[in-house]
Amino acid sequence: MDDLINDFIAETREMLEALSGEIVAWEAAPGDRGRLDEIFRFVHTVKGNSGFFELPRIGALSHAAEDALAAVRSGAREPDAALVSAVLAVIDRLGELVEALDSGEDLASEDDAALIAALGPDAAGDASEKASAHHPNPRATRSIRLPVELLDRMMSGVSDLVLARNDLARRIREQGAGGEVEAAFERASAIIGELRDEVTRTRMQRIDTLFAPLPRMVRDLAGQTGKQVVLEMDGADVDIDREMIEMIRDPLTHIVRNAIDHGIESPGQRRRAGKSETGSLRVSARQAGNQILIEIADDGRGIDGAKLVRRAVGAGLIGAEKAARLSDAERIALVFEPGLSTAAQVSDISGRGVGMDVVRANIERIGGLVEIHSRKGEGACLVLRVPLTLTIIPALTVGAGGRTYALPRSAIEEIVRAKAANVRVESVGGASVATVRGRRLPLVDLTGLLGGQATTEPGERSLVILRPAGADLYALSVEKVHDHEELVVKPAAPAIMATGLYAGTTIADDGKPVLLLDPPGIAARAGLALGRTEPTAPPTAVSAAETGAQAILFRTLSGGRMLALLAAVQRIHNVGPEAIRSGGGRLHVALEDDLMPLVGCDSAPERPIGVLRISDGSREIGYGFDEVIDILPLPEGLIPAAVPGEVAGVLLVAGEQAELLDIHTLLARHGGRNDVSCTRPLCALPAGDPFMDAIMRPLAEAAGYRVVATGSAESAEAVLVIAADELPPELPPGARVVRLAPPDRKDAPEGAVDRYDRKALLAALEGRPARGGKRRNG
Amino acid sequence: MADLYLIVRLGGERLALRAADVDSVVEIDAPTPVPGAAGHVVGLSALRSRVLTVIDCLRSVDPARSVAEGAREAVMAVVDGHPYALLVDAVEDVVEASAEPRAPSALSGGWSRVGRAVVEAQGDLLLLLDIDALIAGPTREAA
Repeated sequence: MDDLINDFIAETREMLEALSGEIVAWEAAPGDRGRLDEIFRFVHTVKGNSGFFELPRIGALSHAAEDALAAVRSGAREPDAALVSAVLAVIDRLGELVEALDSGEDLASEDDAALIAALGPDAAGDASEKASAHHPNPRATRSIRLPVELLDRMMSGVSDLVLARNDLARRIREQGAGGEVEAAFERASAIIGELRDEVTRTRMQRIDTLFAPLPRMVRDLAGQTGKQVVLEMDGADVDIDREMIEMIRDPLTHIVRNAIDHGIESPGQRRRAGKSETGSLRVSARQAGNQILIEIADDGRGIDGAKLVRRAVGAGLIGAEKAARLSDAERIALVFEPGLSTAAQVSDISGRGVGMDVVRANIERIGGLVEIHSRKGEGACLVLRVPLTLTIIPALTVGAGGRTYALPRSAIEEIVRAKAANVRVESVGGASVATVRGRRLPLVDLTGLLGGQATTEPGERSLVILRPAGADLYALSVEKVHDHEELVVKPAAPAIMATGLYAGTTIADDGKPVLLLDPPGIAARAGLALGRTEPTAPPTAVSAAETGAQAILFRTLSGGRMLALLAAVQRIHNVGPEAIRSGGGRLHVALEDDLMPLVGCDSAPERPIGVLRISDGSREIGYGFDEVIDILPLPEGLIPAAVPGEVAGVLLVAGEQAELLDIHTLLARHGGRNDVSCTRPLCALPAGDPFMDAIMRPLAEAAGYRVVATGSAESAEAVLVIAADELPPELPPGARVVRLAPPDRKDAPEGAVDRYDRKALLAALEGRPARGGKRRNG
Repeated sequence: MADLYLIVRLGGERLALRAADVDSVVEIDAPTPVPGAAGHVVGLSALRSRVLTVIDCLRSVDPARSVAEGAREAVMAVVDGHPYALLVDAVEDVVEASAEPRAPSALSGGWSRVGRAVVEAQGDLLLLLDIDALIAGPTREAA
């Protein structure tokens, strides 16, 4: 009998979990017969069981709910909000009663009657008999209930089996064995592999179980906070390790609570912000390689970076100076700092100070990471990236100091050879920096960090570029890259975990123990200031020539020595001549799909050049250069320039003069690609000429001009005037004039451009002589 | 009162471990070092499909000393689910105590941390070592 009761409890629990989403869906669409039937079936089943087990309270409650629902099914009653709430209350109480049954406690019964009364408005009709209609519960697959511990023991046993197989395989390789033995081993080995996959699958559960409680939660929270929220869920059929589900449950709940409590605004606020009154919350899951991505996006007010910074400064987490230099992403990342909450008022629902720091810690503990994106006024999006399973992870084995270590493949961005053409390794003030395709990364030498006898020259090493959980990229220099292996990782002893460098231990295919490195731990040990510990100064500060600032010393295209503050340099690119075009009297360079003004060279270069991508976060320019000489702390003793301009002044670097770029002036003068209308040079075209409108106008615009009609008020500012037959009576002072020859090319004015010679037209627009002798005028 | 003790030799002394705490006596390969770990954690060793954390018991008592070069005999014990190999100079025998363990008299240095009691077996007085303390090593004191 006890077994039967336990089964009843477990079954009811499962049904309750599955049901909470149904009820909310039913409330949203009361006409949905399928949902109604599901809920009806549940109370009906519970009622039947309660009779069998002689549980009068459960019986009375489920009977009453069944009656009410039967009335709705028969059409005698409309499902209104009051009814839905009443049914929810009864189902909640049923859940409590079942839990009490499990723990053997007594639950006060006085308000059962009130719950039952709430179900019937006045006359629920005599529908109770109709409820006896039978709904056989279709079971597609046969299933049994197993204690989870048994599955865990199986998994652990199979893991050991895999290791033992690997060990045996190695011995057979080393000592040799007859063909028959090998064949038998191969067979056993294959079976073990399959078994492992199967057992791994038994631990897999649909992420559904994680999502099922969300609709109910969102409904309740929205009700409590007086907000309107529509929840969308996607990817509930993704499979994930059962243990993972447990680890993700709390963080997910917390994030959803935050989104509703702090993210989504009240209907009034939303209306004033020009949004629909109903907020949207989207929770989706998908598998990407060996990771599961769970995304929680809302369209609320977003995270207030400035407020976070104020709080962080107020709480003494960061200094005011550092705070001023944070990038937007770093400001938002402050939300992960312990003890910061942006809620103006601590509410019941969230904002108790245990917050995103705990979320991040929990996710990182299982080898995952949390990403956060937010746009003020538009909403926030959190992405949880977690590994598919905890126990078997794909890893890369590497060698350093004559020893072998493993790196989790999920943290690896890419692997490059140190002596590859697009990789440069430099030492800056004792710290190493690797520049990979223009991207500067802190460099950690694994051999130097962990000791051992180096066996390779620095140039022979490989750089593994790592993205540690929740932190910035860095490059790890290793002596050898061995192999990709699927490793059965076990937790290491506390004495080993205490080092903070390792995530676990494993046995490689050669039977030797291998330490699994912990990428964030390595970074911390190497003293890298990664996002987690100390928000670093990003390349956004513009002209803060403070002590300790780093500068890049480079040779300009005209051969001079120039310094630029490293903080303002976003990237260093090598670009070919094809990426540089002149237009509108100015050069432009295309960098990674962005077009920006190119400064530092007078004419379009004919060979590849280096380009510093300089930005203050909104304006961007490229600065052409010949070569990087060094990266060094900005020397003191600036002699300011006599005339303020693009050169802030002159400095002495290693005994030689170098000019310091005034980035503020540069950006102010050239970096206006965002406010296009103001800075684009004007081009005047005769209005009403079909050729001009259809052909010249797009060409001129493509060349970087803003086109206005000749004779209009604005055309007085034009730097380029295009004319066909007649010159406009008044030419703007200093304007360049391009004349087009008549279509039949007869009586062409001197210097006129053949209007069907595209090359000549483009050349004329750009203000350079075209090949073939056609000359521009002016 | 048939308490059994495993007698090991460590730094020239005969010492006892409670047999009930000991999983087995194993011979280990040269351990794989664990850079960054405390000095008494010699490294890792694979035993069948398990990874043992190898502890130099003498260094755990006195950071200035270590077990004999090339010592491969270790006492395997599982603490909190983690298997350890406690490296000693030699493993002797399992004996039955002939009297109740007694509180140890004044012990010097690291011995006072790892010595739990004094047991009498085969007419000798042996210091009973605490496995947890051996594994924790001297770092706990420092902290």
